[in-house]
Amino acid sequence: MATAEEVAKAAERRDIRGRWLLSAPALLVILLAATGPLLIVLVYSFLTPGPYGDVKWQFSLDAWTSVFLERDIFDDTLSIAAAHVTIFWRSIKLAIITTIATLALGFPTAYFMATRSEKTRDLWLFLITIPFWTNLLIRTFAVLQIIRNEGIINTILLKLGLITAPIQILYTDTAILLGMAYVYLPLMVLPIYASMEKLDFRLVEAGYDLYATRFQVLRRIIFPLVRPGVIAGSILVFIPALGAYVTPIVLGGGKNLMLSNLIELQFGQGRNWPLGSALSISVMIIVMVALLAYVRNAGSSGVRHG
Amino acid sequence: MAKNFSIKHQPGFTAVAATCFVVLYLPIIVLVLYAFNAANSTSEWGGLSLKWFRSAWQNTEVIDATLRSFQIGAIAAILASIFATMAALATTRTAPYRGLTFQYAAINQPLMVPEIVTGVALLIFFSRIKIFTGYSGLGYLIAAHTAFCIPFAYLPIRARLENMDLTLERAAADLYATPWKTFRRITLPLLWPGILAGLMLAFVISLDDVVITEFVKSGGQDTLPTYMLGQIRRGITPEINAISTAFLLLSVAIVTLFFFISRKRD
Repeated sequence: MATAEEVAKAAERRDIRGRWLLSAPALLVILLAATGPLLIVLVYSFLTPGPYGDVKWQFSLDAWTSVFLERDIFDDTLSIAAAHVTIFWRSIKLAIITTIATLALGFPTAYFMATRSEKTRDLWLFLITIPFWTNLLIRTFAVLQIIRNEGIINTILLKLGLITAPIQILYTDTAILLGMAYVYLPLMVLPIYASMEKLDFRLVEAGYDLYATRFQVLRRIIFPLVRPGVIAGSILVFIPALGAYVTPIVLGGGKNLMLSNLIELQFGQGRNWPLGSALSISVMIIVMVALLAYVRNAGSSGVRHG
Repeated sequence: MAKNFSIKHQPGFTAVAATCFVVLYLPIIVLVLYAFNAANSTSEWGGLSLKWFRSAWQNTEVIDATLRSFQIGAIAAILASIFATMAALATTRTAPYRGLTFQYAAINQPLMVPEIVTGVALLIFFSRIKIFTGYSGLGYLIAAHTAFCIPFAYLPIRARLENMDLTLERAAADLYATPWKTFRRITLPLLWPGILAGLMLAFVISLDDVVITEFVKSGGQDTLPTYMLGQIRRGITPEINAISTAFLLLSVAIVTLFFFISRKRD
């Protein structure tokens, strides 16, 4: 008996070792070319900037203090770095508004898709998948052509006589917002749709039988049931929106910086790699807080994917 | 069932959905239309013409960047789907074992980090290695692309594996097939659609990347997206529309293929 047990145990151990070996290449590549280097960023954020970029191996907290504070060059006093605070605030604000806007548009869209007949559903899903997998830069560029002063929005409004001069949308925060909402909308629709597709409409029917209004059904039955999808979609939109790089360059015209542009600046003209590293870690911290909120919410929702 | 009361109706939802679909496609349609513009600027319409496609085709920078994109994308996608297949085999169809959650989290990790942070991390890390080894070829870009493609390739392969029937493999083992033979003759053919879907996803993801490439590339290593970003920064010509249109067509073709492969239920 004992030997049989030992044989089984040994076989299990061999199986597990085999599984580790199988996943080793994937883990190794990700460790080397994705997650591992994040630790180096953390280390760099505590070093001194080198004269031509890179770093000097000298411990310093300067990078971290200059994330939000700046030192006066004359009297060495610290004051709040208004430029950095503005950029942090703009990034977070724009990311939140983008998330809300895509949710407001994406939720009804996902609902519409999920309530189609089974056959046409695939077609709608296909239509939302195409933009999802289309190059983000190209889609941002497409938005640029629509909203610029000579774009069709302004041309039509001018022709209709509704405005006398083109509205300057391009190179404003509104442009960045429009661009991000446009680009990230499919990221919101798809997870909500995935939850919505599994929705049992008998529950909705039961709600109506109990004299619920349409809004009550939506708020008390549908929304709680698809909440995991809503949370997943919000996270999927919020993370890339916070770190958006292409949209502020193309639609913000390089004037309205977001966090990623500020970070890039430190590795280019700024030549302050430690500050760039500290800013990157700050972005990671915000993302981690958002993810933590997600895990908590998803855990306590009581609704499980079935 | 009462005809005039649909339990699925919600006021205004259809209108919002219709607006979304129109808004999603309208800019893309305008972009494609302007690719066929004969005028020299994007502000006016000068009639239909293919001249911007021709000009893009004759632009060696564009061709070089395109070929580089394909090369990186193909190698990264193949490597990523091989590694993802192995990882999927290791993490599915098993009783939970110690480290399984870790492996799962590690593989999906690149999805949780904003691209800009990964870009910065790789810039720092690879610049060290470049100094250390003196090598500054495409290897860095391929490694970076492989890494962030793995979770995307992993998704469909894992999904396919989880829905697969174990009885055929057991039957093969009962008939004295070696584990390798069972894998070659049974598991792999059944898994193939998943691997193909993963391969295509990874290729599209690699082809689309701007941020990480922008930070990792050395001089003269522009891919098509980073080349286009540089051009857009400098001011736009209908040539960008023409390149975008060609790129769009390719993406749509791949996505369509992917869609039909992954939707096929058997």
